[in-house]
Amino acid sequence: MANNSEKPWVELGLTDYEYNLIKDILGREPNFVELNVFSAMWSEHCSYKSSKNVLKTFPTEGPQVLQGPGENAGVVDIGDGLAIAFKVESHNSPSAVEPYQGAATGVGGIIRDIFTMGARPIALLNSLRFGALNSPKSRWLFEEVVSGIAGYGNSIGVPTVGGEVYFHPSYENNPLVNAMCVGLLKHEDLAKGVASGVGNPVMIVGAKTGRDGIHGASFSSEDLGATEEKRPTVQAGDPFMEKLLMEACLELIKTGNVVGMQDMGAAGLTSSSCEMASRGNSGIEMDVALVPRREEGMTPYEILLSESQERMLVVPQKGMEEEVKKIFNKWGLEAVVIGRVTDDGIWRVKEGDQIVAEIPAKGLTDMCPVYDPEAQRNLVMDKIQNCDLIDLAEPKDYNQVLLDLLGRPTIASKEWVYEQYDYLGGINTVIPPGSSAAVIRIKGTNKGVALTVDCNSRYVYLDPYQGAMIAVSEAARNLVCSGAKPLAITNCLNFGNPEKPEIFWHFKEAVRGMGDACRELNTPVTGGNVSMFNETRGEAVLPTPVVGMVGLVEDISKVCTNSFKNEGDLVILLGENTDELGGSEYLAMFHGLEAGRPPHLDLAKEKALQQLTLELIAKNYAKSAQDISEGGLSVALAECCIKGNIGVDINLEDKIRPSALLFGEGQSRIIISATKENLDRIKELAFEYHVPFSLIGKVGGNQLTINGSEFTVSLPIFDIIDRYKGAIPCTMNN
Amino acid sequence: MRFGVVVFPGTSGEADCYHVLKEVMGSEVDYIWHQSIKFEKEYDCIILPGGFSHGDYLRAGSIAHFAPIMEQVKKFAQNGGLVLGIGNGFQILTEAGLLPGAFLRNKDLKFICKEVYVRVENNETPFTNNYEQGQVINIPIAHGEGSYFCDEETLEELRANNQIVLRYSSSTGEIKENYNPNGSIDNIASIINKEGNVLGMMPHPERCAEKILGNDLGKYFFTSIVKWLDGGANHGK
Repeated sequence: MANNSEKPWVELGLTDYEYNLIKDILGREPNFVELNVFSAMWSEHCSYKSSKNVLKTFPTEGPQVLQGPGENAGVVDIGDGLAIAFKVESHNSPSAVEPYQGAATGVGGIIRDIFTMGARPIALLNSLRFGALNSPKSRWLFEEVVSGIAGYGNSIGVPTVGGEVYFHPSYENNPLVNAMCVGLLKHEDLAKGVASGVGNPVMIVGAKTGRDGIHGASFSSEDLGATEEKRPTVQAGDPFMEKLLMEACLELIKTGNVVGMQDMGAAGLTSSSCEMASRGNSGIEMDVALVPRREEGMTPYEILLSESQERMLVVPQKGMEEEVKKIFNKWGLEAVVIGRVTDDGIWRVKEGDQIVAEIPAKGLTDMCPVYDPEAQRNLVMDKIQNCDLIDLAEPKDYNQVLLDLLGRPTIASKEWVYEQYDYLGGINTVIPPGSSAAVIRIKGTNKGVALTVDCNSRYVYLDPYQGAMIAVSEAARNLVCSGAKPLAITNCLNFGNPEKPEIFWHFKEAVRGMGDACRELNTPVTGGNVSMFNETRGEAVLPTPVVGMVGLVEDISKVCTNSFKNEGDLVILLGENTDELGGSEYLAMFHGLEAGRPPHLDLAKEKALQQLTLELIAKNYAKSAQDISEGGLSVALAECCIKGNIGVDINLEDKIRPSALLFGEGQSRIIISATKENLDRIKELAFEYHVPFSLIGKVGGNQLTINGSEFTVSLPIFDIIDRYKGAIPCTMNN
Repeated sequence: MRFGVVVFPGTSGEADCYHVLKEVMGSEVDYIWHQSIKFEKEYDCIILPGGFSHGDYLRAGSIAHFAPIMEQVKKFAQNGGLVLGIGNGFQILTEAGLLPGAFLRNKDLKFICKEVYVRVENNETPFTNNYEQGQVINIPIAHGEGSYFCDEETLEELRANNQIVLRYSSSTGEIKENYNPNGSIDNIASIINKEGNVLGMMPHPERCAEKILGNDLGKYFFTSIVKWLDGGANHGK
């Protein structure tokens, strides 16, 4: 890191203004180590300096929220003295250069965030984005990322129960890998990332420290095109080590001797120690010479900024050092005291007797400058949004369009993906991957939790406010279709370079839309992650604000899936068909257009629909429930048939052009099936909730038939299953 | 009746087995730490559960079989005690020489988690006596190195002694290569030792032992054990 320039801070990504601020905080010039520490902690990745002010607008409170944003993960109450900790986090840039390890360590990182809270991880989900599958590079990234997630999650024994995968050319060189973990804890075991109590020891536990991942935080805050040479900064994961670390940490928390605990993620020992001190309004003094290392000759700078995986910082009660060591030794792990909590608010790092850094802890965290980047809607949006979609030609063969949609990798079955994940470990998986949401039972209770991740980034690109509202609403709808009441969300906001006004406009609008939807649906934001700079050579990915949502199933025996169940069941559409094609998968596939406005969403209508559906499931009136999303009504019906391995006969009377009726993605629609006996009661309830109700057909046979006044769709179930399940394996095994 | 569930570092199926034995079967059950040099209690059956013992960075199960507890497990088996290895537990049993054969990576080199069909080839064992001979059951698998392999001679011996207990099949019991998820020799999913008291199986019966999970056909492996131990009708050889 020899540096000849006159402004070494500029090369470290700090501005003159920031450098002067650092001098003010210290009352002197920073030394080399201190400057690098500031560079890491004030990077976008660690500090959220561009997004902080916007994120403040999220609703974060509610009676169900036990822990909101600011900790390692959010926590919501599920009754019976139990709570759920959950969070989603990105690992995009590591996955772009080293997809297996990038994805694997993404899983490892998010699992640590959860057990750090004192929760036992019970489920993993992921949200993935790749370029079009006809590109060899995308296929390689897809194959390796899935394999990396499987390699880590399966080995550590936490089931991967759900997720979503979209393919779009904008992700070709910058795939998105967002991993979510969900953990279960007792209220009294809730742990936090604080260091307090003067004289309490600061202990490093888990793996030894090496030179891997140095500068990961600042790497993640740059354009990917220029950084291929930074390859070695990607860390390697060791799920076995993390399994041991997890068991040891959970055992330690049960002793009640833990003051605080934090995972070492980006900026490693530096961020974990100064953040813990800052939250505890304390200082920390530590000696890097005491840190167990696996490489010779590491400098204090390297030890402080190493991102070696599977390490934690623990502050136990004074006098408990030997107890801590005993537990970790049982699991074959080291636990070493490297410092003490102080009351002077200073983050002081020594190497033996020599002080190598001395910075107010809050100087690295709260005092980082916050910016309000310029946000400006790009005028090109006018042309895109106002694109005329009225005079588009209708397809000649609706059967073919439906088959082609079912074969689109974004819509097709993801069995090829989730069968590589152990989704059954822990024996809690009541609804496995492939339905609207995954449902996990909570042993020892009659309850379950439903989990989903959602985001249609094309909608967000076309209209970030509406698009983000739809992401939240669809997540909630997916939970509701499983019989769960939505509780709260975590989010992972993946965007391009925030210094570009048009990117930041998308960001701001998406946050506004997400916030409004969360307020209306009573699902506060409990935390999450912002991933900026998802660009390659100046080209940003589609704006992708991923929503991870958790819902509560009060009675696990009443969960609902999307599959049609029995011959003769009636098929009912709740909600209204609309003539909207903007942003649809059909429009992109058949007309090659990504234009128009995304479907309109009315939050009041959405809420009514969800409340109605929940009640229908709770009363056992609905035998299946399916949300209508990508591919529209016809794809939604096909999925119900595929999952149930049974046909359906549908008659539609809407006076809407057939393409929009069959393939349009109008919002706030759910398909349910029910027995004839319950029809009137369902109708009455729909009327009470002011939700449009239409009886559209009957389950049975082995054909999917949809009749309208101007069209007929008729396909054997066998053919649609073949196309839906065969699409991804065919492409990948080529 | 008391079961012991052995826990190696990296084992993850122990809590699942514990739950089924305790909550579903109502039996007594303890965890046994891999470094124990003796059993603290008297056990009627020892279970080696699934997971990734020691990370399985080497061949699956190859490190675990050196654990101190394995000496006790061997002694227990030699004395006729019932030992059930599930998934990684099966792999450990072959590494420890308690069962013949070895494991290869799945034929398509990917981890597979899904429900498959197996046909009960031998219901006269302590572990399968509650199934019908030839009964087809659906049961989940979850493994990356699940392709059972042995030489021709061993295979002949397994056949001759009726040691093949489960084979991958179609839903109607047809045994063909395309119903074999991992490429195991002769579609083998489970074998038992010659003495009839040590069984290894790649499918996970503990994962389908409760109705709420959509399938409880796996429960009968455990009820078989209990019935056999209680001195019921069908005994092992």
